Amino acid sequence: MNFIDNPRKLRGFEKHIKVEKVSRRSILKGLGVTGGLVLAAPVMSRQALAYETGAGKMPHGVVVDPRVFVSVGADGIVTIVGHRSEMGTGVRTSLPLIVAEEMEADWSRVKVQQAHGDEVKFGNQDTDGSRSTRHYLIPMRQIGASARTMLEQAAAKRWGVPATEVKAVNHEVVHSASGRKLGFGELAADAAKESVPSIEGLKLKDPKNFRYLGKGQIGIVDLHDITTGKAHYGADVRLPGMKYAVIARPPVTGGKLVKFEPEEALKVPGVEKVMQVRGWPWPSKFQPLGGVAVIARNTGAAIKGRDALKLTWDDGPNGKYDSVAYRKELEEASRKPGLVLRKEGDADAALKSADKVIVGEYYLPHLAHVAMEPPVAVADVKGDKAEIWAPVQSPGGTREDVAKTLGIPEANVTVNVTLLGGGFGRKSKCDFAIEAALLSKELGAPVKVQWTREDDIHNGFLHTVSVERIEAGLDKSGKVIAWRHRSVAPSIASTFAAGTLHQAPFEIGMGLVDMPFEIANISCENPEAAAFTRIGWFRSVSNIPRAFAVQSMVGEIAQATGRDQKEMLLELIGSPRIVKPNVKDLWNYGEPQDSYPIDTARLRKVVELVAEKGEWGRKVPKGHGLGIAVHRSFVSYIATIVEVAVDDKGKLTVPRVDTAIDCGTYVNPERIASQIEGAAIMGLSLAKYGEITFKDGKVQQRNFDDFQVVRMDESPVVTNVFIVPPVSDTPPSGVGEPGVPPFAPALINAIFAATGKRIRSLPIGKQLEA
Amino acid sequence: MIKVKINGQEQSWDGDPDLPLLWFLRDEAGLTGTKYGCGQALCGACTVIVDKQAVRACITSVNDVAGREVTTIEGLHPNGDHPVQKAWRQLNVPQCGFCQAGQIMQAAALLMDNPKPSHDQIREGMAGNICRCGCYQRIENAVHLASTGV
Ligand code: FES
Ligand code: FES
Repeated sequence: MNFIDNPRKLRGFEKHIKVEKVSRRSILKGLGVTGGLVLAAPVMSRQALAYETGAGKMPHGVVVDPRVFVSVGADGIVTIVGHRSEMGTGVRTSLPLIVAEEMEADWSRVKVQQAHGDEVKFGNQDTDGSRSTRHYLIPMRQIGASARTMLEQAAAKRWGVPATEVKAVNHEVVHSASGRKLGFGELAADAAKESVPSIEGLKLKDPKNFRYLGKGQIGIVDLHDITTGKAHYGADVRLPGMKYAVIARPPVTGGKLVKFEPEEALKVPGVEKVMQVRGWPWPSKFQPLGGVAVIARNTGAAIKGRDALKLTWDDGPNGKYDSVAYRKELEEASRKPGLVLRKEGDADAALKSADKVIVGEYYLPHLAHVAMEPPVAVADVKGDKAEIWAPVQSPGGTREDVAKTLGIPEANVTVNVTLLGGGFGRKSKCDFAIEAALLSKELGAPVKVQWTREDDIHNGFLHTVSVERIEAGLDKSGKVIAWRHRSVAPSIASTFAAGTLHQAPFEIGMGLVDMPFEIANISCENPEAAAFTRIGWFRSVSNIPRAFAVQSMVGEIAQATGRDQKEMLLELIGSPRIVKPNVKDLWNYGEPQDSYPIDTARLRKVVELVAEKGEWGRKVPKGHGLGIAVHRSFVSYIATIVEVAVDDKGKLTVPRVDTAIDCGTYVNPERIASQIEGAAIMGLSLAKYGEITFKDGKVQQRNFDDFQVVRMDESPVVTNVFIVPPVSDTPPSGVGEPGVPPFAPALINAIFAATGKRIRSLPIGKQLEA
Repeated sequence: MIKVKINGQEQSWDGDPDLPLLWFLRDEAGLTGTKYGCGQALCGACTVIVDKQAVRACITSVNDVAGREVTTIEGLHPNGDHPVQKAWRQLNVPQCGFCQAGQIMQAAALLMDNPKPSHDQIREGMAGNICRCGCYQRIENAVHLASTGV
């Protein structure tokens, strides 16, 4: 399975393997040289750029072309294309803002236009992996600089002066020698005729002249629409003659429909039709699970009709999946050696000779994404053409998969990307859009497929379940001399390939083998684990269990040796250095090690910053405690301090959270803060309540009553966010996901400080009540 | 035939009287600002105001609101300048935004009932509205801001 070095390549990966073999880099380079239009990231060589990213290795790479992304109207309105999906991170604002900054456009005269799914035209559109800013900061600046240059050239020609004498300033081009000025609108037609400048020759703005970048004073473009109910999400699409559908899917992953009796459903007022939906055999990748659709004149009728269906299923091979039994299996596997992925020194021998061995066995269950907007899609299929409207994180992948499923050319599929009511990885899988396409084709009418919350919880692509077992060996002085971490969890790759028993490189690279501590003897192992349900990416992915285990273990070592948590943490991180784990083909979030090394100086820095700003060591009232954790993920560095209060009945509250993040060069600190505030709440939700369990192959939870998330009355009273200012042009790194992993271990370490109770199994549930 | 006033306009419905108001609003009346999040009165995404009270449209039937006055996010203020909406924008509350119509309607109803809520009263009064993105800190501050004048 080692071709799965990049999660997104799982999408139609057969095709990408071929592309890799003929070196996609050289193909794209060729394109870039001839036209100067379509340039892949690798062309942006070190001379042009201070750093290189993995953007060019994503499917369809990067397109740097102002004519694709920018248009200027005669009225002066600048339209900038946002080609990534907006699910709450602010990306639909921040990427166009970069273009506007660099082209000297006035933001109040900028309109953002959402790109449809077309990766040949726009480059990669997979909005996941906390990659948008890190892959597009420089390309968007180059696009803006190209557009600016074209406007300047047009003005210079109009005035008959050298282009070097004119300058774009705030939506106009000025010739200061003569005092002449022309607005962008007046130059639009001429600028469009200018040739696109070569990337190498572009002059980017000096960051000290930035008006918008790094300032955080621009609200998101959809702010007014969101607060007035006008913002359009997937569920809000309405087409003439559109039918409403809900689908009954197999209750067990891989199950099949044996028989359905539609009579009662058809009696429900508003129900028009009941029909079977094609399903794909397990493992089904992103293809639909199949089932029975109820078609109605509105969603309410369709839901009521579905409730009245009589269905008989064959549960298939996963019908025995049981969370309690499976946990035991994972625990047993973690107690035996597994596939060794990183070996430095001799951890086995060092553990044997250690003065003291501390063992932590941590359990983290399956989680459901429960984005506020459940999956939903509208499709209109006519003949060999299909149009989709959907809240998808992967517009390009959706286009590919819909085309393949319907057996029509990709060029005949239009994917309109709506706003996403949250994504968290769930909407990287386009099964719901394929369902809508299949139904529309059969009905000959536009169809909206709405997943109910119960569907979302029963038939999702869950976060994996894992046991993380860490053994730390200490010498007489209390120094950690051995570290053995066994991580046992079904892999996301199991959703694509039957018989997958080991984690993929992109999973083991998330906090297992990239562990940054300075310890002489290290062994990171991955015993086998099979999957019995669909596993998928969940915000932060495997970093959640890994950070939980590693950072809890730091707390445990501090606890066993009577040291301060923060001092223990800094001692384990060790000297400022670049960590080079002894791992073959270490996966680094798809990024080159040169630009994005594992830098313990930066790790230490966020620990020290959060300790200072978060007043580590401050006196807290009785029943309160402080906990700390740090984690590098998505090539960013984040440390969190949680203050917890536990009352004598075991009720837990969080008076204060402090987080420091180093995400390199950044665009919008205001949105970074909102992501981190939200990550604290998602972290608290998963720590307190997050658990999907199985019995007889079926998910036992159904809605927000039994799969709870944190509500306002229990959310942290205050979350403070501190952003490390970038040192010169430090490459940008992830923001959307990295806030989640350190939260739960910081909370658990705080609970220990408050109560003396060490929690090793999530969710906390009633454990504090005992 | 059921008659109901929505955002000041008379609407009628002669289909299933048990149809949840949510689906009537969204699918039949085309008012898509009110969102579906759970269908079980657990999340608050579908909150509308019926005669000055916050109501979960997903468990309220069209019949239940017969002859009554329903206000949705689209009708909260003609220009979207209700103090709650203004406070929301001032503090950049939303992330994905999907829960926000429900949050805003709940907050507006809360302030009608209690114009100067304490922080604890805000946290309690808004606890029926889930925000999966986790905007609670800003929601709390925005309700407070709306209550003190924007
Ligand atoms: S949809 Fe009505 S409360 Fe959730
Ligand atoms: S803003 Fe996304 S659910 Fe609240």
